[in-house]
Amino acid sequence: MYNRIGVIGNKDSVLAFNAVGVEVFDCTQPEHAKELIKRLSKEGFAVIFIAEQLAEQISDVVTRAKTQPYPAIVAIPLDKEGTGYGMRSIKKDVEKALGIDILFNRED
Amino acid sequence: MAQLKVNPTRMELKRLKERLKTSARGYKLLKDKTDEMIRRFVVIARENKILREQVEQELGIALQGFVFSRAVSSNQVIDEAIIMPNRIIELQCNKRSIMNVAVPSIDIKEQSVAQDMYPYSFTSVTQELDNSVEILDKLLVKLIKLAEVEKTCNMLADEIEKNKRRVNALENVIIPQLEETIKFIKMKLDENERSATVRLMKVKTMLEQN
Repeated sequence: MYNRIGVIGNKDSVLAFNAVGVEVFDCTQPEHAKELIKRLSKEGFAVIFIAEQLAEQISDVVTRAKTQPYPAIVAIPLDKEGTGYGMRSIKKDVEKALGIDILFNRED
Repeated sequence: MAQLKVNPTRMELKRLKERLKTSARGYKLLKDKTDEMIRRFVVIARENKILREQVEQELGIALQGFVFSRAVSSNQVIDEAIIMPNRIIELQCNKRSIMNVAVPSIDIKEQSVAQDMYPYSFTSVTQELDNSVEILDKLLVKLIKLAEVEKTCNMLADEIEKNKRRVNALENVIIPQLEETIKFIKMKLDENERSATVRLMKVKTMLEQN
Protein backbone atom coordinates (compact mmCIF):
# COMPACT_ATOMS: atom_id res chain seq x y z
CA MET A 1 0.00 0.00 0.00
CA TYR A 2 1.31 3.37 -0.92
CA ASN A 3 0.94 5.90 1.84
CA ARG A 4 4.23 7.62 2.65
CA ILE A 5 5.87 10.83 1.53
CA GLY A 6 9.57 11.38 1.16
CA VAL A 7 11.86 14.22 0.26
CA ILE A 8 15.27 13.74 -1.31
CA GLY A 9 17.77 16.56 -1.36
CA ASN A 10 20.74 18.02 0.39
CA LYS A 11 20.57 18.01 4.14
CA ASP A 12 20.22 21.72 4.81
CA SER A 13 17.14 22.31 2.72
CA VAL A 14 15.47 18.97 3.28
CA LEU A 15 15.56 19.11 7.05
CA ALA A 16 12.79 21.68 7.20
CA PHE A 17 10.36 19.08 5.88
CA ASN A 18 11.08 16.91 8.86
CA ALA A 19 9.21 19.35 11.05
CA VAL A 20 5.95 18.79 9.20
CA GLY A 21 6.06 15.04 9.30
CA VAL A 22 7.59 14.15 5.97
CA GLU A 23 10.36 11.60 5.84
CA VAL A 24 13.59 13.12 4.61
CA PHE A 25 16.60 11.62 2.92
CA ASP A 26 19.90 13.40 2.66
CA CYS A 27 21.43 12.83 -0.70
CA THR A 28 23.57 14.79 -3.12
CA GLN A 29 25.05 12.12 -5.38
CA PRO A 30 23.11 11.03 -8.49
CA GLU A 31 23.96 7.34 -8.05
CA HIS A 32 22.88 7.43 -4.47
CA ALA A 33 19.65 9.15 -5.47
CA LYS A 34 18.90 6.46 -8.04
CA GLU A 35 19.27 3.72 -5.46
CA LEU A 36 17.22 5.72 -3.01
CA ILE A 37 14.37 6.10 -5.48
CA LYS A 38 14.46 2.41 -6.26
CA ARG A 39 14.34 1.56 -2.59
CA LEU A 40 11.62 4.04 -1.74
CA SER A 41 9.34 2.87 -4.53
CA LYS A 42 9.59 -0.64 -3.14
CA GLU A 43 8.89 0.52 0.37
CA GLY A 44 5.56 2.04 -0.54
CA PHE A 45 6.23 5.71 -0.93
CA ALA A 46 3.41 7.33 -2.85
CA VAL A 47 5.01 10.70 -3.34
CA ILE A 48 8.71 11.42 -3.59
CA PHE A 49 9.82 15.01 -3.80
CA ILE A 50 13.27 15.45 -5.17
CA ALA A 51 15.51 18.49 -5.55
CA GLU A 52 15.41 19.81 -9.10
CA GLN A 53 19.16 19.66 -9.47
CA LEU A 54 19.22 15.99 -8.58
CA ALA A 55 16.21 15.19 -10.73
CA GLU A 56 17.93 16.71 -13.70
CA GLN A 57 20.96 14.50 -13.23
CA ILE A 58 18.94 11.31 -13.02
CA SER A 59 16.25 12.29 -15.50
CA ASP A 60 16.19 8.80 -17.01
CA VAL A 61 14.89 7.32 -13.75
CA VAL A 62 12.44 10.17 -13.27
CA THR A 63 11.13 9.83 -16.81
CA ARG A 64 10.72 6.09 -16.50
CA ALA A 65 8.68 6.50 -13.35
CA LYS A 66 6.19 8.66 -15.21
CA THR A 67 4.41 5.72 -16.78
CA GLN A 68 3.09 4.17 -13.57
CA PRO A 69 0.59 5.74 -11.18
CA TYR A 70 2.82 5.32 -8.13
CA PRO A 71 5.23 6.58 -6.93
CA ALA A 72 4.79 10.13 -8.11
CA ILE A 73 8.23 11.68 -8.36
CA VAL A 74 8.01 15.45 -8.28
CA ALA A 75 10.95 17.75 -8.83
CA ILE A 76 10.80 20.85 -6.67
CA PRO A 77 13.34 23.65 -6.29
CA LEU A 78 14.89 22.99 -2.91
CA ASP A 79 17.93 25.18 -3.35
CA LYS A 80 17.69 28.92 -3.56
CA GLU A 81 17.57 28.97 -7.31
CA GLY A 82 15.58 26.30 -9.05
CA THR A 83 16.84 25.06 -12.39
CA GLY A 84 13.37 25.21 -13.92
CA TYR A 85 13.40 21.48 -14.49
CA GLY A 86 9.87 21.02 -13.20
CA MET A 87 8.44 23.70 -15.46
CA ARG A 88 10.29 22.28 -18.43
CA SER A 89 8.86 18.86 -17.80
CA ILE A 90 5.32 20.27 -17.88
CA LYS A 91 6.19 21.92 -21.16
CA LYS A 92 7.55 18.66 -22.47
CA ASP A 93 4.33 16.89 -21.54
CA VAL A 94 2.28 19.45 -23.39
CA GLU A 95 4.48 19.10 -26.43
CA LYS A 96 4.19 15.35 -26.25
CA ALA A 97 0.42 15.43 -26.06
CA LEU A 98 -0.45 18.26 -28.40
CA GLY A 99 2.49 18.25 -30.79
CA ILE A 100 3.37 21.85 -30.09
CA ASP A 101 3.35 23.93 -26.98
CA ILE A 102 0.29 26.12 -27.31
CA LEU A 103 -0.31 26.66 -23.63
CA PHE A 104 2.83 28.28 -22.33
CA ASN A 105 4.54 29.93 -25.25
CA ARG A 106 2.97 33.31 -24.51
CA GLU A 107 5.12 33.85 -21.44
CA ASP A 108 8.46 32.95 -22.97
CA MET B 1 -0.27 1.14 -51.97
CA ALA B 2 0.54 -2.13 -50.36
CA GLN B 3 -2.19 -4.66 -50.28
CA LEU B 4 -2.47 -7.70 -48.11
CA LYS B 5 -1.37 -11.06 -49.41
CA VAL B 6 -4.61 -13.00 -49.50
CA ASN B 7 -6.33 -15.47 -51.76
CA PRO B 8 -8.94 -13.73 -53.90
CA THR B 9 -11.92 -15.71 -52.71
CA ARG B 10 -15.38 -14.81 -51.56
CA MET B 11 -14.61 -16.05 -48.06
CA GLU B 12 -11.65 -13.75 -47.87
CA LEU B 13 -13.67 -10.86 -49.23
CA LYS B 14 -16.32 -11.31 -46.59
CA ARG B 15 -13.71 -11.52 -43.85
CA LEU B 16 -11.94 -8.37 -45.06
CA LYS B 17 -15.17 -6.42 -45.30
CA GLU B 18 -15.89 -7.31 -41.70
CA ARG B 19 -12.43 -6.18 -40.70
CA LEU B 20 -12.82 -2.91 -42.54
CA LYS B 21 -16.06 -2.25 -40.74
CA THR B 22 -14.44 -2.90 -37.37
CA SER B 23 -11.43 -0.76 -38.22
CA ALA B 24 -13.58 2.14 -39.36
CA ARG B 25 -15.60 1.97 -36.17
CA GLY B 26 -12.48 1.64 -34.02
CA TYR B 27 -10.92 4.57 -35.81
CA LYS B 28 -13.89 6.79 -35.07
CA LEU B 29 -13.99 5.77 -31.44
CA LEU B 30 -10.27 6.26 -30.92
CA LYS B 31 -10.37 9.63 -32.57
CA ASP B 32 -13.18 10.74 -30.27
CA LYS B 33 -11.23 9.40 -27.33
CA THR B 34 -8.14 11.40 -28.30
CA ASP B 35 -10.21 14.55 -28.65
CA GLU B 36 -11.73 14.14 -25.22
CA MET B 37 -8.39 13.27 -23.64
CA ILE B 38 -6.77 16.34 -25.13
CA ARG B 39 -9.60 18.50 -23.86
CA ARG B 40 -9.09 17.17 -20.34
CA PHE B 41 -5.33 17.32 -20.64
CA VAL B 42 -5.37 21.02 -21.47
CA VAL B 43 -7.38 21.76 -18.33
CA ILE B 44 -5.08 19.67 -16.16
CA ALA B 45 -1.90 21.05 -17.71
CA ARG B 46 -3.07 24.61 -16.99
CA GLU B 47 -3.84 23.66 -13.40
CA ASN B 48 -0.48 21.98 -13.16
CA LYS B 49 1.33 25.08 -14.26
CA ILE B 50 -0.51 27.44 -11.92
CA LEU B 51 -0.03 25.08 -9.00
CA ARG B 52 3.65 24.67 -9.70
CA GLU B 53 4.20 28.40 -9.89
CA GLN B 54 2.51 28.88 -6.52
CA VAL B 55 4.38 26.02 -4.92
CA GLU B 56 7.76 27.13 -6.18
CA GLN B 57 7.22 30.64 -4.93
CA GLU B 58 5.99 29.65 -1.49
CA LEU B 59 8.62 26.99 -1.13
CA GLY B 60 11.26 29.62 -1.79
CA ILE B 61 9.90 31.78 1.03
CA ALA B 62 9.69 28.87 3.45
CA LEU B 63 13.19 27.62 2.75
CA GLN B 64 14.60 31.10 2.98
CA GLY B 65 13.14 31.43 6.46
CA PHE B 66 14.69 28.13 7.34
CA VAL B 67 18.10 29.23 6.12
CA PHE B 68 17.79 32.44 8.15
CA SER B 69 16.95 30.56 11.28
CA ARG B 70 19.93 28.32 10.70
CA ALA B 71 22.12 31.33 10.45
CA VAL B 72 20.84 32.77 13.71
CA SER B 73 20.74 29.64 15.86
CA SER B 74 23.36 26.98 15.90
CA ASN B 75 22.92 23.89 13.74
CA GLN B 76 22.64 21.74 16.77
CA VAL B 77 19.73 23.69 18.18
CA ILE B 78 17.83 23.55 14.90
CA ASP B 79 18.47 19.85 14.42
CA GLU B 80 17.34 19.16 17.90
CA ALA B 81 14.23 21.25 17.46
CA ILE B 82 12.89 19.56 14.38
CA ILE B 83 14.37 16.10 14.35
CA MET B 84 11.30 14.63 16.05
CA PRO B 85 8.15 15.74 14.26
CA ASN B 86 4.90 16.13 16.13
CA ARG B 87 2.87 14.57 13.43
CA ILE B 88 3.21 11.91 10.84
CA ILE B 89 1.55 12.54 7.54
CA GLU B 90 -0.13 9.54 6.04
CA LEU B 91 -1.63 9.43 2.61
CA GLN B 92 -4.76 7.83 1.35
CA CYS B 93 -3.92 6.70 -2.14
CA ASN B 94 -6.34 5.44 -4.70
CA LYS B 95 -6.51 5.16 -8.42
CA ARG B 96 -8.95 7.17 -10.43
CA SER B 97 -9.77 6.65 -14.03
CA ILE B 98 -9.72 9.42 -16.61
CA MET B 99 -10.78 8.05 -19.98
CA ASN B 100 -9.65 4.62 -18.86
CA VAL B 101 -6.21 5.83 -17.80
CA ALA B 102 -5.50 4.87 -14.21
CA VAL B 103 -4.23 8.00 -12.52
CA PRO B 104 -3.45 8.46 -8.84
CA SER B 105 -5.70 10.30 -6.48
CA ILE B 106 -4.00 11.18 -3.24
CA ASP B 107 -5.58 12.47 -0.06
CA ILE B 108 -3.93 13.38 3.18
CA LYS B 109 -4.89 11.32 6.15
CA GLU B 110 -3.23 13.21 8.92
CA GLN B 111 -2.36 11.59 12.16
CA SER B 112 -1.66 14.33 14.58
CA VAL B 113 -0.12 13.24 17.81
CA ALA B 114 -0.32 16.63 19.44
CA GLN B 115 -2.50 19.62 18.77
CA ASP B 116 0.44 21.88 18.25
CA MET B 117 2.24 21.57 14.95
CA TYR B 118 5.54 22.96 16.23
CA PRO B 119 7.66 20.09 17.45
CA TYR B 120 9.82 22.32 19.65
CA SER B 121 9.51 24.84 22.40
CA PHE B 122 9.43 28.45 21.38
CA THR B 123 12.24 29.49 23.67
CA SER B 124 14.99 27.67 21.85
CA VAL B 125 14.57 28.89 18.30
CA THR B 126 13.81 32.05 16.40
CA GLN B 127 10.62 33.26 14.88
CA GLU B 128 11.84 32.59 11.34
CA LEU B 129 11.70 28.88 11.98
CA ASP B 130 8.12 29.16 13.23
CA ASN B 131 7.16 30.98 10.09
CA SER B 132 8.88 28.61 7.74
CA VAL B 133 7.39 25.56 9.46
CA GLU B 134 3.95 27.13 9.31
CA ILE B 135 4.29 27.92 5.60
CA LEU B 136 5.61 24.45 4.88
CA ASP B 137 2.75 22.89 6.78
CA LYS B 138 0.22 24.74 4.68
CA LEU B 139 2.23 24.13 1.55
CA LEU B 140 2.19 20.40 2.06
CA VAL B 141 -1.41 20.15 0.95
CA LYS B 142 -0.52 21.97 -2.23
CA LEU B 143 2.57 19.85 -2.74
CA ILE B 144 0.53 16.68 -2.54
CA LYS B 145 -1.99 18.15 -4.93
CA LEU B 146 0.85 19.09 -7.26
CA ALA B 147 2.16 15.55 -7.18
CA GLU B 148 -1.26 14.23 -8.07
CA VAL B 149 -1.87 16.72 -10.86
CA GLU B 150 1.59 16.37 -12.32
CA LYS B 151 1.36 12.62 -12.38
CA THR B 152 -2.05 12.80 -14.03
CA CYS B 153 -0.60 15.17 -16.59
CA ASN B 154 2.31 12.84 -17.32
CA MET B 155 0.15 9.81 -17.73
CA LEU B 156 -2.43 11.53 -19.86
CA ALA B 157 0.27 12.91 -22.14
CA ASP B 158 1.67 9.42 -22.49
CA GLU B 159 -1.70 7.93 -23.26
CA ILE B 160 -2.56 10.67 -25.75
CA GLU B 161 0.65 10.00 -27.62
CA LYS B 162 -0.05 6.28 -27.78
CA ASN B 163 -3.62 6.86 -28.84
CA LYS B 164 -2.58 9.26 -31.57
CA ARG B 165 -0.26 6.63 -32.93
CA ARG B 166 -3.06 4.11 -33.02
CA VAL B 167 -5.37 6.54 -34.79
CA ASN B 168 -2.70 7.34 -37.34
CA ALA B 169 -1.94 3.70 -37.95
CA LEU B 170 -5.60 2.99 -38.56
CA GLU B 171 -6.15 6.04 -40.72
CA ASN B 172 -3.06 5.84 -42.87
CA VAL B 173 -2.16 2.16 -42.98
CA ILE B 174 -4.79 -0.34 -41.95
CA ILE B 175 -7.88 1.19 -43.54
CA PRO B 176 -6.29 2.02 -46.94
CA GLN B 177 -4.72 -1.44 -47.00
CA LEU B 178 -8.02 -3.14 -46.39
CA GLU B 179 -9.81 -1.01 -48.96
CA GLU B 180 -7.14 -1.74 -51.51
CA THR B 181 -7.28 -5.46 -50.87
CA ILE B 182 -11.07 -5.55 -51.04
CA LYS B 183 -10.93 -3.74 -54.37
CA PHE B 184 -8.35 -6.21 -55.62
CA ILE B 185 -10.42 -9.23 -54.65
CA LYS B 186 -13.56 -7.76 -56.20
CA MET B 187 -11.76 -7.13 -59.49
CA LYS B 188 -10.27 -10.59 -59.45
CA LEU B 189 -13.66 -12.18 -58.83
CA ASP B 190 -15.27 -10.13 -61.61
CA GLU B 191 -12.46 -11.12 -63.91
CA ASN B 192 -13.01 -14.80 -63.09
CA GLU B 193 -16.69 -14.43 -63.73
CA ARG B 194 -16.09 -12.78 -67.12
CA SER B 195 -13.61 -15.41 -68.17
CA ALA B 196 -16.08 -18.11 -67.16
CA THR B 197 -18.78 -16.48 -69.30
CA VAL B 198 -16.44 -16.15 -72.24
CA ARG B 199 -15.41 -19.76 -71.91
CA LEU B 200 -19.05 -20.84 -71.89
CA MET B 201 -19.79 -18.76 -75.01
CA LYS B 202 -16.74 -20.19 -76.72
CA VAL B 203 -17.75 -23.77 -75.89
CA LYS B 204 -21.28 -23.06 -77.11
CA THR B 205 -20.09 -21.76 -80.50
CA MET B 206 -17.73 -24.71 -80.85
CA LEU B 207 -20.61 -27.07 -80.15
CA GLU B 208 -22.83 -25.25 -82.69
CA GLN B 209 -20.13 -25.41 -85.40
CA ASN B 210 -19.86 -29.15 -85.05
